[in-house]
Amino acid sequence: MITMIAFYLFAAILIASAAMVVSARNPVHSVLFLILAFFNAAGLFLLNGAEFLAMILVIVYVGAVAVLFLFVVMMLDVNFVELREGIQRYAPIGAVVGLILFAELLMVVGVWHFSPAISTLRVALTPMAEQNTAALGDLLYTHYILLFQIAGLVLLVAMIGAIVLTLRERTLSRHQVIARQIARSPDDTLELVSVALNAGIPAASFRRPLADPLAEQPQEHDDRHPHIVSGAAHHEERH
Amino acid sequence: MVGVGHYLVVSAILLVLGVFGIFLNRKNIIIILMAIELILLSVNINLVAFSAALGDLAGQVFTMFVLTVAAAEAAIGLAIVVIYFRNRGSIEVEDVTLMRG
Repeated sequence: MITMIAFYLFAAILIASAAMVVSARNPVHSVLFLILAFFNAAGLFLLNGAEFLAMILVIVYVGAVAVLFLFVVMMLDVNFVELREGIQRYAPIGAVVGLILFAELLMVVGVWHFSPAISTLRVALTPMAEQNTAALGDLLYTHYILLFQIAGLVLLVAMIGAIVLTLRERTLSRHQVIARQIARSPDDTLELVSVALNAGIPAASFRRPLADPLAEQPQEHDDRHPHIVSGAAHHEERH
Repeated sequence: MVGVGHYLVVSAILLVLGVFGIFLNRKNIIIILMAIELILLSVNINLVAFSAALGDLAGQVFTMFVLTVAAAEAAIGLAIVVIYFRNRGSIEVEDVTLMRG
């Protein structure tokens, strides 16, 4: 009885909040309703005895994914009212497609049944003596270890991909390129000039540094702050 | 006792709502990503319901992998949204013509 009440409560809130996710005016409200939907889905998982997955859903989805959505929605300065234009135009066709899909799914739900040979087809029986988390761990680290490691690889690739995509190369910052620093030789950049006694240094002999042969692109900051070398003065390496 | 059919109906409604959300918010890529999350959640509810009904733990293992892939997809999708917004100043789906698609 309690299970029934809990199921209908969780299911009703889940569906209502899912409807609000797709129809809320403000995307921040959408994300908050998505969080509510995840919480109620975790409740449904708990009713099914999948405690570990329920906790994973709360931790990973509410704690990470939904907050990521919230972060992006609030960080982007987008005019969301503009994005809602034409919603009346798209609603009817969406409703038609959705209703057809729902009718088909209901037809499937109405007639399906378990195969008579189902008891012989099970892959991994749920052990009765163990808790859900321990049983999942036993299964995951033995039979499904390869899939588990591939899942880790997927997450690693996603992490590196997200970093590579969003990392901004700042062209104005003058960071040190050690390879170029090591590859330079004094002959490339310095010129020795012998200065006559009592003659001083004529203005014409003030020279800019020779072009760096290793530089790929012209360096604009050398023009802004010209380096003047004269005589055997040491040229301070800027890179 | 709640049978598998109840969970199937709930997850069917959730999936239809997700598909409807994609049609409804055709311009807003962030809501589309959230609708995809809803669709994957309905798949997970199905898997867990069958796993519990059959006493087969493989369904829950599979749910974990679906969660993993969904999290990775959300991270990559949002990263693409961020760089697209940085380049173009807009996240309208219809403006995405960089690859002449």
